[in-house]
Amino acid sequence: MISTQEIQEKRPPFSPEKLDFVQKIIKQFPDGREKSAILRVLHIAEEEFGGWLSPETMDYVAELLNIQPVEVYEVATFYTMFNVKPTGKFVFEVCRTGPCMLVGSDNIIEHIKNRLGIKNVGETSSDGMFTLKTAECLGACGYGPMLQCGKTYHEHLTPEKVDALIEEYRAKYSSSNNNN
Amino acid sequence: MGRKLLLEHIDVPGIETFDVYRQKGGYSSVEKALKTMSPAEVGEQVSKSGLKGRGGAGFPTGMKWSFLAKPDGVPRYLVCNADESEPGTFKDRYLMEKIPHLLIEGMITSSYALGANTSYIYIRGEYMFVLDILEKAIAEAYDKGFLGKNILGSGYDLDLFVAPGGGAYICGEETALLESLEGKRGNPRMKPPFPAIKGLYGCPTVVNNVESIATVVPIVNLGGDEYAKIGTEKSTGTKLISACGNLARPGVYEIELGLSVEEFIYGDDWCRGIANDKKIKALIPGGSSVPILPAHLITKTANGEDRLMSYESLSDGGFASGSMLGSGGFIVFDEDQCIVRNTWNFARFYSHESCGQCSPCREGTGWMEKVLYRLEHGEGNMRDIDLLADINKKIEGNTICPLGDAAAWPVAAAIRHFREEFEWHVTHPLKAQKGNYGLLTVPELK
Repeated sequence: MISTQEIQEKRPPFSPEKLDFVQKIIKQFPDGREKSAILRVLHIAEEEFGGWLSPETMDYVAELLNIQPVEVYEVATFYTMFNVKPTGKFVFEVCRTGPCMLVGSDNIIEHIKNRLGIKNVGETSSDGMFTLKTAECLGACGYGPMLQCGKTYHEHLTPEKVDALIEEYRAKYSSSNNNN
Repeated sequence: MGRKLLLEHIDVPGIETFDVYRQKGGYSSVEKALKTMSPAEVGEQVSKSGLKGRGGAGFPTGMKWSFLAKPDGVPRYLVCNADESEPGTFKDRYLMEKIPHLLIEGMITSSYALGANTSYIYIRGEYMFVLDILEKAIAEAYDKGFLGKNILGSGYDLDLFVAPGGGAYICGEETALLESLEGKRGNPRMKPPFPAIKGLYGCPTVVNNVESIATVVPIVNLGGDEYAKIGTEKSTGTKLISACGNLARPGVYEIELGLSVEEFIYGDDWCRGIANDKKIKALIPGGSSVPILPAHLITKTANGEDRLMSYESLSDGGFASGSMLGSGGFIVFDEDQCIVRNTWNFARFYSHESCGQCSPCREGTGWMEKVLYRLEHGEGNMRDIDLLADINKKIEGNTICPLGDAAAWPVAAAIRHFREEFEWHVTHPLKAQKGNYGLLTVPELK
């Protein structure tokens, strides 16, 4: 899970550069229709503020778009991509729908559970590094089994590839921490 | 190999960049339309082409365009539906990822035809990496004067933006998409009024699938009549098929409509047969929402005619012995696959994706999932099979949008064609928990 320290550090507002970008997104829509930018802005906010949408973050987005906080809450909880609770550093979303199941997604899900030492989908590994989720069809049906982590699709998965992937993300995390 | 109109240059290195795309004849439809044709003439060519919407419903695109209201002083919008979420479908992603300028070119030509000065591409949130590719291509098109003010000196202005979704299958339904694009929950709207009258922000709007909009490019280049000569009489042109499941060579293929299903599955140019030399057990030809076909109805229709990849041939026999071309999500099942398990999997999908607005769908999809879970896990009884049919009837036709129908049809078709397999799950509960019914005989499990 995200550490308390991180929760205190990664919180609104956006940096001036990010805010500039967000304002440009809002201007893509007609005057008075700023609310149209909500999904894009929530995606950006999630990325910037620790991988989840805290009530504070959602209130901040409401302020930016000049709408009521409840309008942000109802959207954030309707769309399944948004995390309204803290997650691990990396979220593995494994596609579980028909075409992926036909080529073995069930085995991949079991394998990830075992490797991370967790019992159920939705849980986070004890080191707080990985959260396992399942997703419905991600549009990679011909290249399954697959999982999404952040913006990246990892396709044609095998247990060996999953092992390598877990190591890769661990390495990525430690190197980014060393740089800080 | 058949004729390629969309993917002809897909393997050219650098085709994702403006310069290479332009060298290969890209953006010629924009030049032709803006310099030599009136907006109405572009619409006429699309009508003549016989193009049917490539998102799944197959509604004639030219007719959809002709419904667009044109009151004075009210903006009109073209919205591209890139919320590709139908299980088995990944063709739009392939097109946008590999050759983004084709979609942008189609958006410019189509927006011109409809008189839209602002257009949006609504893309599913999971395709965020594709959104980056599209925005990069759009920036190039602005740079080269194909977007923005006074395009090619024609006096026509167009702004084009990409907006992401947030992970909701329902937003592929056009009115749910518009709600989502307005920043709200994706609950479909009551129709009428249709989007052509009251769409985005209450203004006249056309919503078209990625592939439909991309197809406007070859239609304008060739002319509607020439385009209509490709394919069959009722299914004109080419179609992207995303083939998946237990195939030797899954992937995205552009076919000329009218290719035989047998050739597509087994041909060397296409899928090269079933993976691991197994036998085929079933096929879902057009995305998870269309009826499943058992082995004996795949390459031949019930009348014994060759089954072709076309709107009319795939639906030959109606729901009794046919299916639909749908979105082109072509899912193949080999002899080892369990139909009950797959039906349960899809029922779970629809239950998960129901927006919850209409109770028949919200409750019914949940019930179907639970009943199918029971059957698949050896806990069901014979009455459950009829119970499914009963739930089906109560969902179908009783909801605001077609998600309810889409959830009901696959279950009905699976029971219609594979009832014995459902019954076997009831009579052999222990075996059902460990294995599956197989293709021809009941496997003896240890």
